[in-house]
Amino acid sequence: MTMREEIEAAAARYPDRRSAIMPALMIAQKEHGHLPGPVLEDVAEILGVERVWVYELVTFYTLFHTEPIGRFHLQLCDNVSCMLCGSEALLKHLETTLRIKKGETTADGVFTLSTVECLGACEMAPVMQVGDDYHGNLDNARLDALLESFRAAERVASVERAHPPSPGE
Amino acid sequence: MFEPVLLRNVDVPDGHLLSTYQVGGGYQALTKALGEYTPDEIVELVKESNLRGRGGAGFPTGMKWSFVPKAAGKPKYLCCNADEGEPGTFKDRIIMERDPHQLIEGLAVSAYAIGAETAYVYIRGEYVTAIRRMEQAIAQAHENGYLGTGILGSNFKFMVHIHRGAGAYICGEETAMLESLEGKRAQPRLKPPFPAVAGLYASPTVINNVETLACVPHIVMRGSAWFRGIGPDRSPGPKLYCVSGQVRKPGLYELPMGISLRELVEEYAGGPLPGRKIKAVIPGGVSAPVIPESDLEVGMDFDSLAAAGSMLGSAGVVVIDDSTCMVKIATRIIEFFHHESCGKCTPCREGLNWTVKVLRRIEAGEGETGDLEQLEMLCKGIFGNTFCALGDGAAMGLRAALKHFREEFVAHIEERRCPFH
Repeated sequence: MTMREEIEAAAARYPDRRSAIMPALMIAQKEHGHLPGPVLEDVAEILGVERVWVYELVTFYTLFHTEPIGRFHLQLCDNVSCMLCGSEALLKHLETTLRIKKGETTADGVFTLSTVECLGACEMAPVMQVGDDYHGNLDNARLDALLESFRAAERVASVERAHPPSPGE
Repeated sequence: MFEPVLLRNVDVPDGHLLSTYQVGGGYQALTKALGEYTPDEIVELVKESNLRGRGGAGFPTGMKWSFVPKAAGKPKYLCCNADEGEPGTFKDRIIMERDPHQLIEGLAVSAYAIGAETAYVYIRGEYVTAIRRMEQAIAQAHENGYLGTGILGSNFKFMVHIHRGAGAYICGEETAMLESLEGKRAQPRLKPPFPAVAGLYASPTVINNVETLACVPHIVMRGSAWFRGIGPDRSPGPKLYCVSGQVRKPGLYELPMGISLRELVEEYAGGPLPGRKIKAVIPGGVSAPVIPESDLEVGMDFDSLAAAGSMLGSAGVVVIDDSTCMVKIATRIIEFFHHESCGKCTPCREGLNWTVKVLRRIEAGEGETGDLEQLEMLCKGIFGNTFCALGDGAAMGLRAALKHFREEFVAHIEERRCPFH
């Protein structure tokens, strides 16, 4: 499905197309990685809604990104349950290892480091979300192993980006 | 040994599949409801059961349903609150990931009772696995005639849609959730009108929590007397408790309502970490005032916790031991509420901003004489003066920390440092 078709399918679930702005933004963000102005205007045009309605949502909800973020967005929970289980030390470890502060992206664009509010997985605190996945019961060693697996995945992806398979392959 | 009701499928392999749910008697409650009960009789049954909302407020579910006008006219909506943002809470995620059909059957029976043909399940955006499992389960239920038109040979017609949230705690407030579903910034509405009369798209709307809806099929199958026989009569039923923090066995526990907090934490969850003592427990997510160790005998039900000056809330039980600074906990909690304030009303938006600044300086050893009085003044300015319960939760939590652990706040100011560092 094209982005437009996916957005139309989402809009069919509601009696009012304005309700489909949130799902449409999710679809657009998946397609583009983040949500720059022209993409927001596309969403407004596809749904036939006021542009300001789209802008007011991207600036309210934290899962929408108007600026580019790293290919791996490390979202470490630092709410109470994770804090009680050592999330502050994990944050320091990530900052030292990646040589960035929370809120920043590594120079190669691979990692963005954020702290987030409760992820709703406190039974496995301390917990971090990366992409769609939760990683729990973290300690420094587990974090290092995770970072290494992301770097390995990124090496494969960068080779594929440099040498895209030809249509005949 | 309490036999699990809501969690009976969660550790079963492939518990999220329709075939597994059917083996355990799945969708028999929907069959029974459609075949043997009128919608009004289901409402009566749920009223008799004394089921109270598991999202936090504890409002009687059957009574909430009975507020929906009977007259035909505008479509009626059922919304399921699966936003689950209250820190320390993870029960609804586990139901949706591991036993999604239990929720779908609860939605179908509840929609039949209130006369709704459409439900929206508002799931927080981070819960990607739960969203996928729910979407898969909805498709399976549809293919097998449990959703759609002419359900199980009746003339009942019903469809469930997922609405994915995008990272705002306030969407757990029911009127903010409706705004969000309508494609707006999630800012709470002034009540009245209440959602039962004018909710989603100004239509009659019932909003129930995941766990509340999951109880409904069991009440249909086993009766209201069975449900009332579990735990206190005024606050009965099986209950999911989310235990986390500085405790040996964090996890999700299903036990009767009204079990003592001490028994839950010390016996089921294994008590404090080796060499530590429990200092305090937050019983119902960070909106619920903290309970000092000396008061852990309190029963985990709506009325007992309210009488103890706290609340059951979402039953997010966060255990804090003697190595932890309560000023730091209080600061982190108020930082959370400040971050999640929707900005609509001044006491919450400005009051929490100010409160965070005072708490941070106390924790940093830069507190001043009069700061505690200032915090109390701020709580007074916020509590009862906000649109929704977010500000109230923040103020109640801080007041409890100041009341039970005042000496820690005083020590920070007098010693000009955090005694725990």
